[in-house]
Amino acid sequence: MDTPVSESADGREILESVVIRFAGDSGDGMQLAGTQFTQATAVAGNDLATFPDFPAEIRAPAGTTFGVSGFQIHFASHDVLTPGDAPDVLVAMNPAALKVNIADVPRGGLIIINTGAFNKANLKKAGYDRDPLEDDTLAPYRVLKIDISKLTTAAVKPFNLGSKAALRTKNLWTLGLLYWMFDRDRSPTVEWLRTKFAKKPDVAEANIAALNAGHIYGETAEMPQGVGTYKVPKAVLPPGTYRNVTGNEALAWGLAAGGRLAGLPVLFGSYPITPASSVLHALAKLKHFGVTTFQAEDEIAAVCSAVGASFGGSLGATSTSGPGMALKGEAIGLAIITELPLVIFDIQRAGPSTGMPTKTEQSDLFQAIWGRNGDAPLCVLAPATPGECFHYSIQAVRLATTYMTPVIVLSDGFIANGAAPWKVPDFDELPRFEVKFHQDTEGFHPYKRDPQTLARVWAKPGTPGLEHRIGGLEKHYDSGNISYDPDNHHKMTKVRAQKIQNIAQDLPEQTVDLGPDTGDLAVVSWGSTYGSVNQAVSRARAEGRKVSHIHVRQMWPLPRNLKALLSRFEKILVPELNNGQLVRVLRAEYLVPAEPLDKIAGQPFKVAEVLDGIRAHLDT
Amino acid sequence: MTPLDPPADKKLTRKDFVSDQEVRWCPGCGDYAILAAIQRALPDMGVTREKTVFISGIGCSSRFPYYMNTYGFHTIHGRAPALATGLKLANPELDVWIITGDGDGLSIGGNHLMHILRRNVDVQLMLFNNRIYGLTKGQYSPTSLLGQRSPSTPMGSLDSPINPTLFALGAGARFVARGIDTSTKTLGVVLSEARKHKGASFVEILQNCPVFNDGTWEGVTAKQVASDTQMWVEHGKPLLFGKDKNKGLRVLAGGRGVEVVTVGEGGVPESEVTVHDETNRPLAFLLAQLQVPQMPMAFGVLYRDPAPVSYGDAVAAQNAQAIEKNGEGDINALLRSGHTWTVK
Repeated sequence: MDTPVSESADGREILESVVIRFAGDSGDGMQLAGTQFTQATAVAGNDLATFPDFPAEIRAPAGTTFGVSGFQIHFASHDVLTPGDAPDVLVAMNPAALKVNIADVPRGGLIIINTGAFNKANLKKAGYDRDPLEDDTLAPYRVLKIDISKLTTAAVKPFNLGSKAALRTKNLWTLGLLYWMFDRDRSPTVEWLRTKFAKKPDVAEANIAALNAGHIYGETAEMPQGVGTYKVPKAVLPPGTYRNVTGNEALAWGLAAGGRLAGLPVLFGSYPITPASSVLHALAKLKHFGVTTFQAEDEIAAVCSAVGASFGGSLGATSTSGPGMALKGEAIGLAIITELPLVIFDIQRAGPSTGMPTKTEQSDLFQAIWGRNGDAPLCVLAPATPGECFHYSIQAVRLATTYMTPVIVLSDGFIANGAAPWKVPDFDELPRFEVKFHQDTEGFHPYKRDPQTLARVWAKPGTPGLEHRIGGLEKHYDSGNISYDPDNHHKMTKVRAQKIQNIAQDLPEQTVDLGPDTGDLAVVSWGSTYGSVNQAVSRARAEGRKVSHIHVRQMWPLPRNLKALLSRFEKILVPELNNGQLVRVLRAEYLVPAEPLDKIAGQPFKVAEVLDGIRAHLDT
Repeated sequence: MTPLDPPADKKLTRKDFVSDQEVRWCPGCGDYAILAAIQRALPDMGVTREKTVFISGIGCSSRFPYYMNTYGFHTIHGRAPALATGLKLANPELDVWIITGDGDGLSIGGNHLMHILRRNVDVQLMLFNNRIYGLTKGQYSPTSLLGQRSPSTPMGSLDSPINPTLFALGAGARFVARGIDTSTKTLGVVLSEARKHKGASFVEILQNCPVFNDGTWEGVTAKQVASDTQMWVEHGKPLLFGKDKNKGLRVLAGGRGVEVVTVGEGGVPESEVTVHDETNRPLAFLLAQLQVPQMPMAFGVLYRDPAPVSYGDAVAAQNAQAIEKNGEGDINALLRSGHTWTVK
């Protein structure tokens, strides 16, 4: 929490920015509390970024450290690019939540503790030999100890829910307290509860009672010294309509919008996988947008159904994460050699193999660009924020249909689940790119190409006179028939590669996100690390360092001016959440002295980590 | 939806379905006969070339689409059913035929075969069963007999074979039939029936591989034994076989098995022979299991019990229902659904 700059009219301390982390057991409803706080904060006019961090277990054993679920929100009166390095406020619903998170809280930070969960059994499960409330563990912090369990149970007693169900509303009680503390309007949450539990009005009202009780507690109880009420003034944002959006929602909506702009129905074939499943869930609700969803029997069938749909004249699309990408490789190769449009969302997670499914990572870049048998080029895009996912999803549809190629959109667990305010675009202002199917029977063969783009014609089954056969065998450039001719294979391989390279001419040049286009150091990032890297470069520049930030969104083909741009910097540092992938691509493609800055922890970069990396790299 | 086009100006002939590609199977391969059978049968089914699609995976049989002058997609190993499902959802008007083999369909693609059958996607599946891997030069397949010697099983295969027709029934297929490569006339009839069926139709075709597994079906298909080893079933007719139709099949009490009975002189009256009922699923299971030499093998349409709707129709109905309920989707409204706020 920043040092208070002043006091508001109603006696609240005014702060520029705050980071809150809700932490509790998997069953404590911390994701729900975080999401509701996010909505209330957005409506209050702050800019914000969130980071939900939860275990893979659906219901991990209660009270254990590996069952701790967290939700961090950073909100401010200025631009917010990251969910924050360290929480100013930690809500710890049980001993395990305290144990796991306390090290991240800076000295003087506020810790709100539910003492009701600090019993012998829970302390033991969290690995505490002694009760941290009794010794000096909490000495460096401001601490608010409340028996939330007991107060919640009392508050919802009139609803006769039963003790377990009553206790379950303690996340709302806690939320009520924080709403009081940060001056949030309760009514959207009340409204949301009444809608969610429309069929169980008792449960809705009990939750509302808990929310109100937490708020009233704040208003009436005497607070320890150093605990007050705060106000974060509205952020100055460009005018327009805003909403919160997660990356996966934005991808789904972008695909529906892309189908509209292309004038094509969409067939979305997918197989559930963390953290991509919510794309399928979102699209399954959009049947009235010309989207057909198909939950296939496996990852391979999912992508194959999409390829089959594209052959039939629909836009075939699929979503997955790393392990599913590995399974889809052969079918993506089929779409490459048959030159059919295909949109693939890869929501990356920590690997290899099953890895850490709920944790974020950027380690599928190689797999996306090169992970197939044979020389199998395609286009790879990487949005930087949840909001950008919408536009890159549309872009993927445009490029896939214009160039008759698979396009991979690389997102990750952080973008997929994290929310940020998004200025909603006007769909009517987006350029259309209507697909025209080939109709002319004169001299037709399926591999006739557009001389400009090199894309082959798209002839839809059902069209009389254009009957043709395609498949995974190499085809002759001039006839589309099977060919084992050595020179022809060489030529076709080059043509497929050139077609993808042509896409670079169709996309904007790489720009510098922060700083001039020349200097001592270019920090080159991609994907979800945008916020932390941008902040780190900003601070390094404030220290007087000649550093610029270049954020790549077009992973393959690389932006046409990127080589020239990088050559204007003395040094190049590439921060990535992997063991060095983009850095190797840049070195291989451009022979530039790019150096890695890696973090492979299943967690996003902290600004400080990137800043330290910049300093270290410049000072060596 | 099965398209029934109005008859074109002139009736199509076999030649109209022959592509300009040179057929490249080994001389004597059973695939030639199957190709001829379908090219002959299609004109009588009243189909158009442009609405017909052949989709295959990988294997000798999977070259099939290149030889058909229709739309075609030669895909990847085992995955033809998955591609066909997407194609059929994208364009329900198309008449989709899947060509697969015992390796493609039951080994690498067994999962997809199971799911397209249980979902009841409106396609025709032709599984060429030669009980061997041909294209990779003679390894044993999932339908190879126990003890089959092959380059990968020099001392004999240890795997129990799978019965494709039984597999299809088990997976929930609602049209299951069996034919023989060289019996082109009856095969044409079976394929025509398969196409009429709304939903997934499965046809196992016994096929000879003259190079790697020559004569594997000789005990069933050889002329001199055929009348005793092949029982062609017909709905509503008694299950008879033998040169003079003097043998019959009788289901034992309680359906616990079947027995072969002599019909007529010295045997039982024809009325005691079980009458074939295509809609009787337990009977279909009994028929599918019959193996020579103990029993005749059953051919023709063993099971046919169409569901009220095919998968594609059900999907289309749900899509239509969503439009009816919500109206045509409005992207701007979608983007503004839920909590929004305005910055001035």
